[in-house]
Amino acid sequence: MSVLVVVECDGGEVKKSSLEVASYGSQVAQMLGTTATAVAVGEATEANLAQLGEQGITKVLYDAEPRLKDFVNGAYTKLIAAAAQQEDAKVIVLANSNIGAAVGSRLSVRLQASLVTNVIELPKNEGGQFTVKRGAFSGKALADVVLSSDRKILAVKKNSIEALHEAGKTAQVESFSAQLTDADFADAPKQVIMQEQTGGVLLPEADKVVSGGRGMKGPENWNLIEDLAKALGAATACSKPVSDVDWRPHHEHVGQTGITVSPNLYIACGISGAIQHLAGVNSSKVIVVINKDPEAPFFKAADYGIVGDVFDVLPKLTQAVKELG
Amino acid sequence: MKFLVCISNVPDTTTKIAFTPDNKEFNKAGVQFVINPWDEYALTRAIELKEAQGGGTVTVLNVGEADTEPNIRKALAIGADDAIRVNAFPKDAFFVAQQIASIAKDGGYDVILMGKESIDYNGFQVHGMVGELLGIPTVAPAMKLDMSGNTATLEREIEGGKEIVEVNTPFVASCQQPMCEPRIPNMRGIMTARTKPLKVVEPVGDAPRTEVAVYALPPKKEGVKLIPAENAGELIKLLRNEAKVI
Ligand SMILES: Cc1cc2nc3c(=O)[nH]c(=O)nc-3n(C[C@H](O)[C@H](O)[C@H](O)COP(=O)(O)OP(=O)(O)OC[C@H]3O[C@@H](n4cnc5c(N)ncnc54)[C@H](O)[C@@H]3O)c2cc1C
Ligand SMILES: Cc1cc2nc3c(=O)[nH]c(=O)nc-3n(C[C@H](O)[C@H](O)[C@H](O)COP(=O)(O)OP(=O)(O)OC[C@H]3O[C@@H](n4cnc5c(N)ncnc54)[C@H](O)[C@@H]3O)c2cc1C
Repeated sequence: MSVLVVVECDGGEVKKSSLEVASYGSQVAQMLGTTATAVAVGEATEANLAQLGEQGITKVLYDAEPRLKDFVNGAYTKLIAAAAQQEDAKVIVLANSNIGAAVGSRLSVRLQASLVTNVIELPKNEGGQFTVKRGAFSGKALADVVLSSDRKILAVKKNSIEALHEAGKTAQVESFSAQLTDADFADAPKQVIMQEQTGGVLLPEADKVVSGGRGMKGPENWNLIEDLAKALGAATACSKPVSDVDWRPHHEHVGQTGITVSPNLYIACGISGAIQHLAGVNSSKVIVVINKDPEAPFFKAADYGIVGDVFDVLPKLTQAVKELG
Repeated sequence: MKFLVCISNVPDTTTKIAFTPDNKEFNKAGVQFVINPWDEYALTRAIELKEAQGGGTVTVLNVGEADTEPNIRKALAIGADDAIRVNAFPKDAFFVAQQIASIAKDGGYDVILMGKESIDYNGFQVHGMVGELLGIPTVAPAMKLDMSGNTATLEREIEGGKEIVEVNTPFVASCQQPMCEPRIPNMRGIMTARTKPLKVVEPVGDAPRTEVAVYALPPKKEGVKLIPAENAGELIKLLRNEAKVI
């Protein structure tokens, strides 16, 4: 019996969300009196995988098959299912990402497992019941869910678990093969197109986000958002109307019908705070709102606020960040 | 070509969420239910593709009790040809996926379209489960879907970019913007929807694998701390020294 953790890598590095997933998995393993093994997908280096020891992982399985560099649903599912069989995994932990959800949902059917996505806390295993807390109703509620199958799959929401860092501990990296064939790569992408990210920070993985709404008046003013984002090392985002009129690309649109983010810091500039916008950002740890209207609903969801004109306030903030050094 | 579009019946996006006194169920009292916003992309795109092909059918499918029928009729008014309702409370995603897979298989559907995720339970999982149950590919979430013969070309969103994926029918895709401009019903649609067939069938399959024990509302924020605009730089100090996020 063991806990299996699915670790997503990109450009050699383990994604930040996967460090959280690994930490989550090793704590579940400890709870169940067993160890946590990771199976790595994407492009990884042995040194970076060995470092997963710091998150409490004892062993990492890695298939260096080059076609696994990009996400392939069929192949990834087969690889992880094979790792789960070999390790006799009772709990499988993955990220609540597009990859995690795509693989997790297929695995749950293949391995006859209970699946819970959007998990935000460590599980409880009491009185024969395995229960875990998840976010529901677009961040407007929480639900404790009981998993009744013998095998359990948990997809952990980003930034809801603190990553462990036990310096000096290393994991043993083993090469692993699921005997993948061409058929497993039938749904491989024909092409992968990555977007340019402000300051190289990926919005869904970002710790900090600076976001602009209609109050920014036009795309020509986005340098104010970008300057602050660059100074902070933040990603940029926007409200739906802003991407609808093409001031900003669609992939920056957050909210109910866009992407959901849960950074440590979300700075909203000239965004009114409509309920559908809040749905995508309300689990951010700290929310800052800059709006000239003191009655803007966003202030009710904010931790810090400035009632003022973005064109006046943003340059001051950027300056203040630069002065911090 | 036969399109199957799965629609979920969810509380309107502006709903204030509340639960029954025992916190075991969502309190439906006074709540307006709508077609899950993402499912509207699936529905409209299916209708557009059918029109472009000059033939075929679009069937809408919902797993739900009789109170979902107004939204099924709305989907018919938007342009679906017929509808199926599996007469059961959607107990969990696996339960729902089994119903969809069973109907998709029996009906020989070529393209099974869904929304990216339901805005109530936010599962983001039914599409993968249906694909696996049927042994066919799932592309989720898809931002673009074009068909040429039996081959579909899709854009799949990945963190920080997109993939171009090609699959042959039958396949499952979950839809999100900017796939199309969701249509709204017109008067003629509303009239004809009344007489379009809506078949009610009983559920099949195994028991659900998850159950909600209790719901709760998230902890309340303490309230906003306002910083005067002329002193904006002070905010940055607070973010560093007090909130410790920069
Ligand atoms: C089904 C559905 C789904 C939706 N999904 C989403 C979603 O996913 N994401 C989303 O964002 N929206 C979504 N919406 C739209 C949402 O309801 C709002 O319309 C939208 O969020 C408003 O965007 P905004 O705040 O940028 O613009 P506005 O509401 O126009 O607000 C602009 C704000 O800027 C302020 N302002 C103006 N000038 C200045 C200035 N110089 N300095 C400072 N402040 C200024 C104003 O006071 C105002 O508060 C959805 C709506 C529906 C019906
Ligand atoms: C009061 C209440 C209690 C619930 N209790 C539980 C519970 O105990 N455990 C649990 O797992 N879930 C529970 N649910 C969630 C409910 O069962 C969901 O409808 C189901 O789990 C599928 O939603 P999802 O978010 O997982 O779907 P997703 O995977 O997010 O949905 C993707 C797509 O699948 C399609 N789809 C989803 N649901 C349906 C449907 N019913 N009919 C047709 N197509 C559909 C839609 O196209 C949707 O866009 C509860 C819901 C309510 C309102």
